[in-house]
Amino acid sequence: MSQITNKEAEQMQPKLHPISLYLKIWGLLFVLSTMSYLVDFFEVQGILRWTLILLFMSLKAGLIITIFMHVRWERLALKLVLFLPPLAIVVFISLMAIEGDYTFVNRLLSFISV
Amino acid sequence: MSTDDKQKKVAAPIATDNWQGAVSDWGADKQVFNMPWGKLMMWLFLLSDTFVFSVFLIGYMNVRMSSMDSWPLTSEVFALTIAGYHIPLVLIAIMTFILITSSGTMAMAVNFAYRGDSRKTVLFMTATALLGASFLGMQAFEWAKLIIEEGVRPWGNPMGSAQFGATFFMITGFHGLHVTAGVIFLLVIARRVASGHYEGKGYHIVEITGLYWHFVDLVWVFIFALFYLW
Repeated sequence: MSQITNKEAEQMQPKLHPISLYLKIWGLLFVLSTMSYLVDFFEVQGILRWTLILLFMSLKAGLIITIFMHVRWERLALKLVLFLPPLAIVVFISLMAIEGDYTFVNRLLSFISV
Repeated sequence: MSTDDKQKKVAAPIATDNWQGAVSDWGADKQVFNMPWGKLMMWLFLLSDTFVFSVFLIGYMNVRMSSMDSWPLTSEVFALTIAGYHIPLVLIAIMTFILITSSGTMAMAVNFAYRGDSRKTVLFMTATALLGASFLGMQAFEWAKLIIEEGVRPWGNPMGSAQFGATFFMITGFHGLHVTAGVIFLLVIARRVASGHYEGKGYHIVEITGLYWHFVDLVWVFIFALFYLW
């Protein structure tokens, strides 16, 4: 494998997007942040609260990754490197949720005298 | 076929971007990733950093789920009274908006860098660094208020579950450390752009710095949702 020459590096430059694209995404992120703040402000509770929080979080994260970090315009080879390993995190989250629940139940059984 | 097309075919036979393209990227006798090595290394670093922050947040989920005491109400803990009005979580909301704005200015800095406009690049990078610094200032204020006024310690606090302090200082502290490093990184690179260091070399470094900065913003999105709002 040879080093990348300047000319090749030039070809790797991403397609230039108009500044307005970034302003639009910025605006969207502002709106989404405001909405997630309002979830707290109006004291939405229960399942609806968690759903809304996760929804706004995913949308914001998606916009930042795809547009600001330009992943949308990267090749599949890189996307696979970025998105396959985090699947292990999803597994880890479920394992630790089960574990946390188990610890809680055991604390209830052991430390609360009936 | 025009001569232009012919030249393209000889110079860089880049496969189409689908599964077969990915196989050919990996399988052909060539560099796998079509990008400068610095950018790839930044992506790999960010991937590993994703795991670090995920483990912090998973640890937080685990202790919060298994805690016998009630978790302190973040909405109230982080409330401020401004001009007589009691506003919940207001400082955190402002910090969120500041970080998002800094991400916007960074994206524009990258764009101007590739346009070859080094003056505007420096301007927007400096703006990004300043916004990052103001974020840090607010975080310092928030920590001071929590430690001095509310009496939150890593081993306990008056509001509820003892693990609140430990996870809060760990997660926001580590994020703040990343912002600090980012501000320094931005200023160093902005200085070098201003001095013409990258003329002729290309401005990939601005995009690489940008990736790091956007990642810091990305982590904050998760901390804001999972720690402050949950």
